[in-house]
Amino acid sequence: MLKKAIIAILIVGAGIQLIPVPKNQSDELPETDFFQSVEAPLAIRNMVIASCYDCHSNNTDYPWYGRVRPLAWFLQKHIDEGKEELNFSSFREYSDRMKREKIRSMISQIRDGEMPLQEYLWMHPEAELNEKEKKKLIEFLNQINKDGTD
Amino acid sequence: MKKVLLTLGIAAVLASCGSSNKSEEKAEQATTAKSEQTAMEEKASSADKNTDVSTVIEAYLSIKDALVNDDQEKAATAGKTLAGVLGEMNMGQVAEGQKKEANEIIEVAKNHGEHIAESEIDHQREHFEALGKDMKDLIAITGTDRKLYQQYCPMYNDNKGGMWLSASEEIRNPLFGSKMLKCGKVEEVINL
Repeated sequence: MLKKAIIAILIVGAGIQLIPVPKNQSDELPETDFFQSVEAPLAIRNMVIASCYDCHSNNTDYPWYGRVRPLAWFLQKHIDEGKEELNFSSFREYSDRMKREKIRSMISQIRDGEMPLQEYLWMHPEAELNEKEKKKLIEFLNQINKDGTD
Repeated sequence: MKKVLLTLGIAAVLASCGSSNKSEEKAEQATTAKSEQTAMEEKASSADKNTDVSTVIEAYLSIKDALVNDDQEKAATAGKTLAGVLGEMNMGQVAEGQKKEANEIIEVAKNHGEHIAESEIDHQREHFEALGKDMKDLIAITGTDRKLYQQYCPMYNDNKGGMWLSASEEIRNPLFGSKMLKCGKVEEVINL
C-alpha cells in the first residue's frame, strides 16, 4: 500500500514537471531600467538587485529548486504579483508622478521591514537588509525623490 | 532516488505553506468583500457611467471620515469606491493640454484607492496622505463642487508632517484618528 502510494506520488511528481512554466529571464539591461535613469553607487545598485530584482524585474535569478513544479508555480505567482506592483525593468515607463509614488512606497516598505518578504528571506538570507543598509538605501531613495529621475 | 523524493517532499511542503497562507488571507478578505460588493452595486446603479469630480471628492471624503473614526473596514470600502469612480471619470471638460497630467494623477490616485482597499490602517493612512496631494492637483485642473479646506498635521510621519482635504473647517485628524483627533490646522482654503 505504502509502496503504491509512493509510486503514485512519484509519477504525478514527475508528470507535473512536463507542464511548462514561463521563465522570467532576460540578458539585457533594458533602456527602461531603473538604473538607467538614476546615478547609483555600486553598493546600492548591488543591494537593490540582490534584494528586489528577483520579484520586481524581468530577470529572476532562479535557485536550483526554482524550476521544480509545483514550487515553480508558486514562485511564478509571486513574481507576477511583484512585477505588477513594481517593475524595475520598466521603471522609466512610469509617469513622473507614479515614479515618485513608487519610490515613496519603496521607502515605506523598506523602513517597516515589509520588503523583502519574509518568505523570500528564508530562501535568500543574503538578500536581507541590515539596519545600516536600510538607512543607506532609504537616504538614496529620498534623494532621488528630491532630485527627480529621467 | 532518495534525493528526488526529498526534493519533491520539500517542494510539496513549501507549496502547501504558501497556499495555506493565501487561503487564510482569502477567508479574511471574503467577509469584508461581501459588504464592499453591495456598496459598489448601490453606487453603480445610482451613478451615471461617467462620474464627475464631485463623486471622486465624495469617495475621498468617505475615506477621510473612516480614518478619522479609526474604521479600517469602511476606509477599505471607500478606497475601492474611489478606485472605481476614478476609472470612469469624465474627462470631457478637461482642457486638451491638461488631459495627460489629469490622467497621470488619476492613475496614481487609483493606485492609492486600490491599496487603501486592501491594507491595514497604518498603511491606509500612508496612502491617504499621499493621495491628498494628488487630489489637490486633480482639483486644480477639474475644479471642485464644494469649498474644501487643506489641513495639515506637523506630527505625522515622524514629524515630517502630513496633509489632507476636508469639507469642514474644524480639524478632525484622519492621519492619527482618535490618538490625536484635533492635531492640525487649516493651511489653505480651496474655493469653488
